[in-house]
Amino acid sequence: MEVPILKQGAFLIATFQAALSDADLNQLRLGLVQQVVKYRSQAVIVDVTAMDVMDSFASRTLREIAHMIRLRGAETVIVGIQPEVAFAMVQLGLTLEGVATALDLEEGLAYLLQKFKNID
Amino acid sequence: MSKREITLKDSGPRSNPSVDLARSEESTELLRELVAHLRQNRTQLREEWVVRISETRLLTAMTKEEIFAEATSVYDSYVEALETEAFEALQAYARNLSERIIPRGVETHEVVGIVLLLRDVLARSLFAKYQTDFKKLNRILDAYEPAANRIANTVAVGFVQERERVIRQQQEAIRELSTPVLQVRERLLILPIIGVIDPQRARQLTEQLLRGIRTNRAKVVVIDITGVAAMDLTVANNLVQTVEASRLLGATVIVTGLSPEIAQTLVTIGVDLGKMNTVGDLQGGIEQAERLLGYKVEKLAEPR
Repeated sequence: MEVPILKQGAFLIATFQAALSDADLNQLRLGLVQQVVKYRSQAVIVDVTAMDVMDSFASRTLREIAHMIRLRGAETVIVGIQPEVAFAMVQLGLTLEGVATALDLEEGLAYLLQKFKNID
Repeated sequence: MSKREITLKDSGPRSNPSVDLARSEESTELLRELVAHLRQNRTQLREEWVVRISETRLLTAMTKEEIFAEATSVYDSYVEALETEAFEALQAYARNLSERIIPRGVETHEVVGIVLLLRDVLARSLFAKYQTDFKKLNRILDAYEPAANRIANTVAVGFVQERERVIRQQQEAIRELSTPVLQVRERLLILPIIGVIDPQRARQLTEQLLRGIRTNRAKVVVIDITGVAAMDLTVANNLVQTVEASRLLGATVIVTGLSPEIAQTLVTIGVDLGKMNTVGDLQGGIEQAERLLGYKVEKLAEPR
């Protein structure tokens, strides 16, 4: 199942559906990295609220997405990590260091608007 | 004695069903006779039982009047259970009784003791009544003993179950009390930790905090560990993990009140200080949290 990428002003929003295969994740990574330059976006929000479990491949991919997008000149915010998922990730040592996180989509948008309000 | 052995054999798996039926009818008949006897001598037997209870110094936590009142209800339920062979009412009564007497410190051995006393008192009265007719006495006891034992069992199990329920409830309450997650301002939580943290409690703390962050939509959390004297490596690691997991939920954690011992432990496990935000005391932690949230606290006047 492919992850839709929505354009919202200067930001891109990708919402994870329940279960994603590794191929879907690779597809998403490619899509985001391409579109962030195509639309000249300032930031990308990845919403993972629907994910009840996050395996090591998924969290590694999330980190890769964030780092690649930074190299493409934009910022990434991961939003909606579930409490249980957060603790499981930390125990596996997958702490998404250097990547911004927020409670949910609303918080993520607020964070980005605050951050970019002086630029526009 | 030989008679009893024969009856034991009779009730074996190969016995004829019609014989079984006849036997159970006979035992019902005997039980009915027994119940009538117990009803007739209610006052005297109950009196005797109460005397035996106080003689053996059971239920010392209760007054004489209370013992007498409870003994009356227990006696009646006991006879009723013998008559109907339905134990639900007795079970419910036992549970209810346990609920009332457990908080007063009545022990398991006392409850089991009084039920066994009643069984013995009643058995004695049967001996006295049928001492001239041993055959009949034997058959009456055959009917009485299994029922009486089942009653004793029911009451004891009911008491123990009730006790276990109370203990479980208290454990739950202690657990909940031990880890309060409090909101002091909009989007600011504090988590004061007091006492010894074992790995299980640490885990529960983490769960409660992460859930609290989600439900209160917190952005900053102050974890105050002034009341924790020391923690082992596992728990210290868990603390660091909690800080990181909170960040994944978009909340910043400030840890306050680290004792020198805990600071030592954290340095030993090589915690990344870039990830861990620490302030000396709770007040400083709350002030920093307010700054992070954009609050400015101002004193309007001198206190009166």
